[in-house]
Amino acid sequence: MVNFKQRDIISIRHFNKEDVLYILALAKRMEQADHTNILKGKVLASLFFEPSTRTRLSFESAMKRLGGMVIGFAESGVTSVAKGESLSDSVKIIEGYCDIIVLRHYLEGSAQLAADVVDLPVINAGDGANQHPTQTFLDLYTIQQTKGTLEGLTIGFLGDLKYGRTVHSLAYALSYFGAEMFFISPPSLRMPRDCMDELKDRKVRCHENESLSGISKKLDVIYCTRIQKERFADPVEFEKVRGVYRLSKAMLEEIGTKDDLKILHPLPRVDEMDGSLDRTDFAVYFHQARNGIPVRKALLAAVLGAVE
Amino acid sequence: MKQLDVSAIKDGSVIDHIDSKRTLKVAEILNIQNEEQVVLVGMNLASKFLGKKGIIKIGGKIIDQKEVNKIALIAPDATVNIIKDYEVVKKFRVVVPEVIENIVKCFNPNCVSNYHNIEPKLHVVNKNPIKLRCHYCERVMNSKDIVLI
Repeated sequence: MVNFKQRDIISIRHFNKEDVLYILALAKRMEQADHTNILKGKVLASLFFEPSTRTRLSFESAMKRLGGMVIGFAESGVTSVAKGESLSDSVKIIEGYCDIIVLRHYLEGSAQLAADVVDLPVINAGDGANQHPTQTFLDLYTIQQTKGTLEGLTIGFLGDLKYGRTVHSLAYALSYFGAEMFFISPPSLRMPRDCMDELKDRKVRCHENESLSGISKKLDVIYCTRIQKERFADPVEFEKVRGVYRLSKAMLEEIGTKDDLKILHPLPRVDEMDGSLDRTDFAVYFHQARNGIPVRKALLAAVLGAVE
Repeated sequence: MKQLDVSAIKDGSVIDHIDSKRTLKVAEILNIQNEEQVVLVGMNLASKFLGKKGIIKIGGKIIDQKEVNKIALIAPDATVNIIKDYEVVKKFRVVVPEVIENIVKCFNPNCVSNYHNIEPKLHVVNKNPIKLRCHYCERVMNSKDIVLI
């Protein structure tokens, strides 16, 4: 029996397949019917110690659309943390002012620490390079919506796979659904060994490649991420790889794809996806960003016990 | 009569079946330099199971659970004998616990457990070879990454 009431949302690793499907089904219900007042009187503390646009605003919007209220901050400079207060002390104090905490922090493991020290549910909105579980739920929701299923898909992860926390979490979650995965990156930005070992332990068919050539026609979904120049010690190396990992309509036409390929990106993008893709049927990344609302509504409603 | 490679002790603890190369690391965990009674350390001794083994005998000291847990991370095949009046009164194999608290530092410099005086906590993913996952940042550590506190 799935039960999300008062549960912390810290890492995708804490949820099984049944949990994932429950939240995706609830997100669909959130889109289909009006739930305007189900969180009336509830207060969300939105604690963003690091900048964010989509995650913070979509959480706040989701809470308000369900009738709840939001308090919080969008940068730590305006808080007691700037005076040297520890994260544990900050969340213990804020616990007295709200019903649920949404936390983004630059240190990895910070959301787990907060969840350990407070009694209220804590939702991780990104902890350094570690986890961003609500992004994973909305990525899965987008794939399910646009492909009609999550089962047995062939997914290509493209770009910076070493530092991309969304890639690690999504790959783990897709392992529940029998996905075959291709990890396409420059050698220096490959998936971390422990992530690959974990996927292999979970019997995932996974492959590592340096370009899309030769595999593009197999893919149902491409999950594209940004390659950051600062990850390269030598700028010449960066210039060499940037073109290989830059998607455009012409490039996809040249290498060939399935007709119903879908391209996701957690955004923001810089130049890894050409604007020529935006008007194609492949592009679902803006729709993906909008899915932050129903998915976060579903999580807030489930954790605060406002739905069956 | 069997000739002992390392002399017997009257009272204390014997840590046997240590992977020979890790003997001095175990000695470091046990902080033997501060002991006042007899301490005997043997390395490269013949062992049916390990090929070569290490052994440490500490007079007058009964090792505690925290020390046993630390040894288990470094030498998972080790056995501990508690000696009283030259007799073995208790013998057990070290066991890697499911959760390691305040013994191993997380190797990730960006992990929250390395800030604000937080006690590190790791979950054991695999016991031999040892693999630990940080409770906070979820990074996986192998034996080469282990830094004891």
